[in-house]
Amino acid sequence: MRREGSPFQGLGTVFAKELTDNISSVRMLVLELLIVLTALAALYGAIDNLRTNTAEDPFLLLRLFTLSSSPLPSFVAILGFLIPLMAIGLGFDSVNSEFNRRTLSRILAQPIYRDALLMGKFLAGLATLAVSLTALWLMVIGLGLLFLGVPPGTEEIGRSLVFLVIAIFYAGVWLALAMLLSIVFRSPATAALVALGIWLFLTVLWPMLAPAFAQVIAPPDPRYAALGLETPETGLWSQFLLRVSPNDLFGEAMLAILSPTTRTLGAVFLDQLRGAVMGAPLPLSESIMIAWPQTVGLIAATIVLFVVGYILFQRQEVRA
Amino acid sequence: MSDLQNEAPPPDTVIVADGLTKRYGQASAVDQISFNIKKGEVFGLLGPNGAGKTTTILMMLGLTEISGGKISVLGYDPARQPLQVKRRVGYLPDSVGFYDHLTAMENLAYTAKLMGLSLKERTERIADALKRVRLDHVAHKRVSTFSRGMRQRLGLAEIIVKRAEIAILDEPTSGLDPQATLEFLDLIRQLKAEGTTVLLSSHLLDQVQRICDRVALFQSGHIVLMGSVAELSVQVLGAGFVVEVEAEGTGIARRLATIPGVSNVETLAEDRFRMTAERDVRADAARAVVAVDGALKRLSVDEPSLEAIYARYFQSKQSGDMRHAA
Repeated sequence: MRREGSPFQGLGTVFAKELTDNISSVRMLVLELLIVLTALAALYGAIDNLRTNTAEDPFLLLRLFTLSSSPLPSFVAILGFLIPLMAIGLGFDSVNSEFNRRTLSRILAQPIYRDALLMGKFLAGLATLAVSLTALWLMVIGLGLLFLGVPPGTEEIGRSLVFLVIAIFYAGVWLALAMLLSIVFRSPATAALVALGIWLFLTVLWPMLAPAFAQVIAPPDPRYAALGLETPETGLWSQFLLRVSPNDLFGEAMLAILSPTTRTLGAVFLDQLRGAVMGAPLPLSESIMIAWPQTVGLIAATIVLFVVGYILFQRQEVRA
Repeated sequence: MSDLQNEAPPPDTVIVADGLTKRYGQASAVDQISFNIKKGEVFGLLGPNGAGKTTTILMMLGLTEISGGKISVLGYDPARQPLQVKRRVGYLPDSVGFYDHLTAMENLAYTAKLMGLSLKERTERIADALKRVRLDHVAHKRVSTFSRGMRQRLGLAEIIVKRAEIAILDEPTSGLDPQATLEFLDLIRQLKAEGTTVLLSSHLLDQVQRICDRVALFQSGHIVLMGSVAELSVQVLGAGFVVEVEAEGTGIARRLATIPGVSNVETLAEDRFRMTAERDVRADAARAVVAVDGALKRLSVDEPSLEAIYARYFQSKQSGDMRHAA
């Protein structure tokens, strides 16, 4: 049965309203402060480190993202940890709060389809995250200019832009997950707890569990162990399992993009090293090729989670 | 209801339901209901909670899927052309909600934008609608400070902004204080006066009776009674009007019983009589008393109350069921 009219009617209106709500909300302000302050601390550590090490480096700006000085992790590691928190904070009550405020049936009685409401909310959330991340990105470049005094090269800007795009899709995965949970659970508290649970599991527990599972699936060979080496099968399984977590995908993609010397993520084959000058940076296009599967993984996860939420929302009864 | 299905709807009909059914798994929330609603009338859906009133409303708006039967709203099919229907029909849900952090004006502006109104039209219509529901003095206040009655009126303002041809109000007066209820019923009368068709669901019978031209009584997914209050009272109570006469004189009771249309005369006291009739027979009763040289002291009519009809209907149903069970 075909329905008449465009599913996107009203999309712009919903988008504008949700974006205003997101940006003006106290919740967003707190999350942004949290990220900016931790990021500033990490950057301060990195800048301090860079100024004392005067070794010549063609990618000084990129070092700002990846350099860590204990006890703080690097800027990228902090983002990998906090972006999910921000996305969950934006999405965990987006649909169920409309039910609980009893606004949903009133809004859906206007001449729009449900598609427009859900899509508008998702895009508004993604736009909010994109704006925050772009601001953060500009802050890093600005601080780099101020404190390092070295203007960034074209390639550095290009690489950091790719970083920005991947970070936005990483945020998209978590936003789509949070919205999916806000459709499944009628109570925002439950949705938030489940989302935070998944976040903690994937970022903290999974990196420890994945190698353990890998050892169960492919038990280590004592011959390798005797040499103090990791069994290749176990290593491959461990990496395969780790990549289930978007956190790991983001980390790998960042490694490839922000450390130009990265030649491969995972096992190195001999032909990849043939003719390679060790320690020489790869051109940007090659780095993007390396990070491509991870990036596509993040985009695909965003789309799949959104579609699942979309189907559930379409079938949901309007009455509370 | 079978005769309704075969009848072609009259040209001024705005909503036609025919064998409308909604099933959740095995259970039917709405089972084979049929009704026609004419343009400009106030139609009441009544019945206990969970009888299928809200489900019927949601099917009219295309907000829930239809399991069987047909419904047409202003000539459109809500399942296939929901946007056309929703552009012309205003809906005030049961205990309506607004975005608490926005003002009354901003809340209306959002829905008006969703309706596709231009900025100029929006501003004019919203100011006008807020004035009509007497919320213009709080237009720039956040909705979180509003009472329940004010929220309901704001919901009605939304329908006015839409210039809806049909207004569907789900339990609009439940939980309102008597003053707010009166004000709200008055606003509904104004809508009717402007030619808007109003569909009203409620379980508050006296209010429905005060305002509705016709009612449909729902019970566990079926429409068990439908018609104007007078028609229903004839159907259920056997007569529409109860006239009480207080008069002194002889032979009054006998004389009253001869009035055409009177089905029963009870003698309550020596000088008090209660007549059951299918029409308002007060004038005839007065003439009758005077004709036997009686002294007429009081003459009153009890209009048939929906409450009595409702109570009687379910009573007889229950005793019928009990007999059946025995």
